[in-house]
Amino acid sequence: MPYRLTINGETREIDADGDTPLLWALRDILGMTGTKFGCGAGLCGCCTVHIDGVAIRACQTPIDSVGTAGIVTVEGVDRTDAGRFVQQAWIDLEVVQCGYCQPGQIMSAAALLAGNPDPSDGEIDEAMSGNLCRCGTYSRIRDAIRHAAHLAKPAMETAQ
Amino acid sequence: MTTPATRPGHGPSRRTVLSAGIAVGGGLLVGVPLAAPVLSKSGPVDFAPNAFIRIARNGTVTLTMPYVEMGQGTYTSVPMLIAEELEVPLAAVTLEHAPADDMLYRNPIMGAQETDGSLSMRAAWEPMRRAGATARTMLIAAAAAEWRVDAAECRAAEGFVVHDRTRRRIAYGDLAERAATLPIPPQVTLKDAAAFTLIGRPQKRLDSADKINGTAIFGMDVRLPGMKIAAVMASPVLGGRIASLDDREARRVTGVRSVVRLDDAVAVVADHWAAAKKALDTMVVTWDDGPNAGFSTARLKGELDAASQRDGVVGDEAGDEAGAFASAARRAEAVYRLPLLAHAAMEPLNCTVHLHGGRCDVWVGTQAASRAQAAAAAAAGLQQDRVTIHNQYLGGSFGRRAETDNIVQAVSIARRLDHPVKVVWSREEDTQHDFYRPAYHNTLRAGLDRDGRVTSWFHRIVGPSPLARWLPPAVQNGLDPDAVTSATGPYQFPNRHVDYVRHEEHAFRSGFWRGVGTTHNVFVVESFIDELAAASGVDPLEFRRRHLRDDPRLRAVLDLAAEKSAWGEPLPPGSGRGISLLQDFGGTILAQIAEVSVHDGGSLRVGRVTSVVDCGKLVNPDTVIAQIQGGVIFGLSAALYGQITFSEGRVEQGNFDSYAAVRMDEAPRVAVHLIESGEAPFGVGESGTSGIAPAVANAVYAATGNRVRNLPITSDR
Repeated sequence: MPYRLTINGETREIDADGDTPLLWALRDILGMTGTKFGCGAGLCGCCTVHIDGVAIRACQTPIDSVGTAGIVTVEGVDRTDAGRFVQQAWIDLEVVQCGYCQPGQIMSAAALLAGNPDPSDGEIDEAMSGNLCRCGTYSRIRDAIRHAAHLAKPAMETAQ
Repeated sequence: MTTPATRPGHGPSRRTVLSAGIAVGGGLLVGVPLAAPVLSKSGPVDFAPNAFIRIARNGTVTLTMPYVEMGQGTYTSVPMLIAEELEVPLAAVTLEHAPADDMLYRNPIMGAQETDGSLSMRAAWEPMRRAGATARTMLIAAAAAEWRVDAAECRAAEGFVVHDRTRRRIAYGDLAERAATLPIPPQVTLKDAAAFTLIGRPQKRLDSADKINGTAIFGMDVRLPGMKIAAVMASPVLGGRIASLDDREARRVTGVRSVVRLDDAVAVVADHWAAAKKALDTMVVTWDDGPNAGFSTARLKGELDAASQRDGVVGDEAGDEAGAFASAARRAEAVYRLPLLAHAAMEPLNCTVHLHGGRCDVWVGTQAASRAQAAAAAAAGLQQDRVTIHNQYLGGSFGRRAETDNIVQAVSIARRLDHPVKVVWSREEDTQHDFYRPAYHNTLRAGLDRDGRVTSWFHRIVGPSPLARWLPPAVQNGLDPDAVTSATGPYQFPNRHVDYVRHEEHAFRSGFWRGVGTTHNVFVVESFIDELAAASGVDPLEFRRRHLRDDPRLRAVLDLAAEKSAWGEPLPPGSGRGISLLQDFGGTILAQIAEVSVHDGGSLRVGRVTSVVDCGKLVNPDTVIAQIQGGVIFGLSAALYGQITFSEGRVEQGNFDSYAAVRMDEAPRVAVHLIESGEAPFGVGESGTSGIAPAVANAVYAATGNRVRNLPITSDR
């Protein structure tokens, strides 16, 4: 039975079993390979996407559970303010090494900042500790989240 | 990876690597060793004076990268070397992964096309600058001929040749066709370091933009028309075989196309990986476990302990160690044990294969493209030149993607299919079928005089030899130089004996892991030195200073580390500082000082890490900092949690819950201080990993008085 999902603002049709994880629907059926496979068990965060703005692990999310909720992936996160600032901060602070985990890191960071424009260290830990990075970019990620929050401030003030 | 001193049968010389080539019709590169380039008879001609640089008539500069990008920043720092001499803006270059070709793209230090051993900068430093300078010299010659002026009056800048006197300039693209007809100059002049505009100045990574928006393609992301996806399950015991298999339920899963049975593995091929994995999980497989069925970590420990009673092959000897030990005023002895470690790169192993018309195309991220090609050819039953390796970004590797087992497996599966297939390992498959960092047993003893000076040093290392498998000629007379590297650290001991007992196991495969022999020995040596300092009642940093080899670089690093870490200043109760010092990877010196606090109940927190590194000439300074920062986290994961254990021949760890790694909330801030020295760079990709475990273990001792002699630390407390 085909499922209709809203991904980065577009309606996409997926013909697969309802228990198919969103991760593989994105990667193998729709060809959206920016969302990464790392563990298949919700332990590493490589597959993080947003569903209605909340960071979730796509490898643990069956397609039949999504319904009409809006999915945002790394391919579309630059359409949100938080996503854009996070990506800019990642460039400014040279976060990336191998880069494989970074789409997931960016999605977790963007969700954090969208809901909390000035997170504390503890809040950053809480939001980001589900995302593993074997290259060890954590301290730069932490700095980049703070930097993104700083970048976002003028934009937020303008919006208010 | 280690750096063997020699490699017989080197094949092509460095001059051959830098030979002329020409790009015809915008693609094909033809190597023409030491001969004049051949002019194409048809179509437009690009300028490709060597295998690394291609300048098209539209001005596009394409650099072919012989060293792979797995996070360490080669795809920025190697282009910096070329661009520095070629005089093109770094941001203007386009990069391509090199195809498999030992002749054109070998690492001149290793003698083969490999990215390992913290070698890329050392290997690329001179050849890549020479490649750029050769192209620049020819472009200037082409412009001089065009203008009918002396080449000495012309200079290159920002992708143009400039004639200042007449205020003329020509873009490289407009010179490409003429430059391609010129002879390769036998000698070129490299820029003076004082004139560098890129080398030594922080440059933004060229791969970041694609890696933050999801467009970077890793091996995992390869897609081909008609491609199907396979999930695979190999025998849980190495050497095991499928005895029986019931795949009836698996074949009923929606999207499943076929089941491929190999001797030692079964794969399900499907429209997408979720279907393949779901089907694989329904499979009922009975394994014939074979001779390794009874293997366990306890057995491994017993065998290593027994092997340590044998005399080893001498790796380093001076004076009379036994005599000096017997007559020492104070004696210390210890046994250190290190566990097996998995690589656990974030990107699980994968490989995409298309067999068609007597050819084999392989898409994979590999550290060793020519080995990958040879392995794929053997598995496909084809000549090597019928195999094309399409290298990809590596989603981490740490030594794992130097191996070719997953490529052989993927080709074997593809041979039973009539369409391209991408074989993707699960995380558990990746953890349980690794080439593990060996477990080592270390016996140490040392004598001290009344003044706290080390008079004798003995170190026996017991473990397998990945190097003997990888590069047999590097192991001469039974001595694995990687196993004994750094075994006396940066210290001078008058009486010393280091030996190596090789002990191979057949129940698992061992391989290279970030930091290789250095990681193992630095933990042991820097921990035991700390024991000797404590036994002598001397401050550990001062104790090290007293025993250093006479090298001002070593002292400078140690002294700066003391200053930057506030060494000696008091810490709260339950906290301590620990230090490590190493010199390896061609000459890199690294001091690390870790602050650790141990809380009630024994939970341990690494607070701050201060690193001082002298890796010779700096190419991209921020990359050096990033490599030390990241290396510390990688090494800390192993120090705190890393161990692979066996029971009944099977690996007991699977996913990141049982093979844990440091996460954001445990990650210390790593301050990195750089000291620049010398004319050429040393390696820096592995040093951070090597130095952190002893620094943390020594800090645990300082905080608690408990000496860590077995890793991981969490298992030894």
